Amino acid sequence: MSKKFSQPHLLGIKDITRDDIELVFETADNFKAIINRPIKKVPSLRDVTVANIFFENSTRTRISFELAQKRLSADIVNLTASSSSVSKGETLIDTVNNILAMKVDMVVMRHPAPGACQFLAKHVDAQIINAGDGTHEHPTQALLDAYSIREKLGDVKGKKIVIVGDITHSRVALSNIYCLKKLGAEVMVCGPTTLIPKHIESIGVKVEHDLMKALNWCDVANMLRIQLERQDIKYFPSLREYSMLYGLNKERLDKLNKEIVIMHPGPINRGVEITSDVADSAHSIILDQVENGVATRMAVMYLLAGQKG
Amino acid sequence: MNTKVILEKKQFDITIDRLCFELIEKHGDFSNTAIVGLQPRGIYLSRRIYKRISEILNSKKVLYGELDIAFYRDDYRRGNEQIVPSEMNISFAVQDKNIVVIDDVLYTGRTIRSALDALTDFGRPNKVELLVLVDRRYSRHLPIQPDYTGISVDTRANDKVKVEWKENAKNDLVHILTN
Repeated sequence: MSKKFSQPHLLGIKDITRDDIELVFETADNFKAIINRPIKKVPSLRDVTVANIFFENSTRTRISFELAQKRLSADIVNLTASSSSVSKGETLIDTVNNILAMKVDMVVMRHPAPGACQFLAKHVDAQIINAGDGTHEHPTQALLDAYSIREKLGDVKGKKIVIVGDITHSRVALSNIYCLKKLGAEVMVCGPTTLIPKHIESIGVKVEHDLMKALNWCDVANMLRIQLERQDIKYFPSLREYSMLYGLNKERLDKLNKEIVIMHPGPINRGVEITSDVADSAHSIILDQVENGVATRMAVMYLLAGQKG
Repeated sequence: MNTKVILEKKQFDITIDRLCFELIEKHGDFSNTAIVGLQPRGIYLSRRIYKRISEILNSKKVLYGELDIAFYRDDYRRGNEQIVPSEMNISFAVQDKNIVVIDDVLYTGRTIRSALDALTDFGRPNKVELLVLVDRRYSRHLPIQPDYTGISVDTRANDKVKVEWKENAKNDLVHILTN
């Protein structure tokens, strides 16, 4: 019973231990049972107020966090950059400290600058959960991805996972790599040379540029979206060419002599990295990922909130 | 630290048998009654009682569940311990059932209050009763009393009542630790 989450914040998967991840999974199992009941709420975080601060667009993550908070009975305030005083020139610390002055205990933040959450955790007195900071990390996405793999395949250890697409600009890729490696999985990244960071082998992943070889090797394929909003220059000639070389379609899957699990963190660009028939097929666990997102985020907030009284 | 054994071996089995017969006296064939053990420590007693009642009634249809109250506790964020949830398993409809809630030791009554909250989130039971192995008298913080009691003891606040089970320790044993 003395299990404890080792960090006061969730800034990135890099900072947490394997035990932390397992603890999140065990706790999430309980929350998953709860959100499938007629009454989907527990009173655990009755006395906690959470601010969701989003400086970047989001659908899934924001709604998922918000639902998770509501199902834990927390009070919530939402702030999006475009409708706030940030556009009048207020600094990040000032914005957050002003929110905290109104007695907020926990901050869930998405920000375009890598490291924004670390910075905030150092300078303000609240528990910070990173909901994506630029091209750096997106820890709750990695947790829900690994949780979904564990649910589908029984265990993550020893499984082979390939992450396909824009690795350079993807925080999902980096967090996933850390998380899966900590859980003992083998990880490969696949994509055009321009979209795979140099020296990525140094964090213990394989690199493959041929999608068919990667698919033949893996148990799970996690297809990432091309992050056009983060690409300042052209990294490949056209989306059509990218799709021809790295898009997942039924023909490619039919050529494999095995079944693989298909994942996607969303939002999907249908017809680019994945075709509709694959995204909607029985091998795809894309919507399970979304469901598990609420349970894992409930677990993270429950465990973090339990540290403070 | 002194330890005093208050219930062991044969007496222990007799007590559990008596509790089972008391339940049967009240609930008959258990057709509309479910047994619910409280995680984490009440489940050893509830499993024992469920097994014994099924034997006595020669029935495989007795409803049984285990309830975890971690998310309903009123001391969350007030103690130093992280409260880690246990598995919850209520696979029947609570609506309109008679529920017998089972825990090992009744002390302040706060656990039972949480359990009542947790239980009603599954539906509206017809009736809820409480069965405990050990009732620590005169120590309640809330107006909660057991309907079935294995043994009643008078203890001081800094005493500890410990229940050991064959399943998790060597023997079936209830003892009081005093300073």
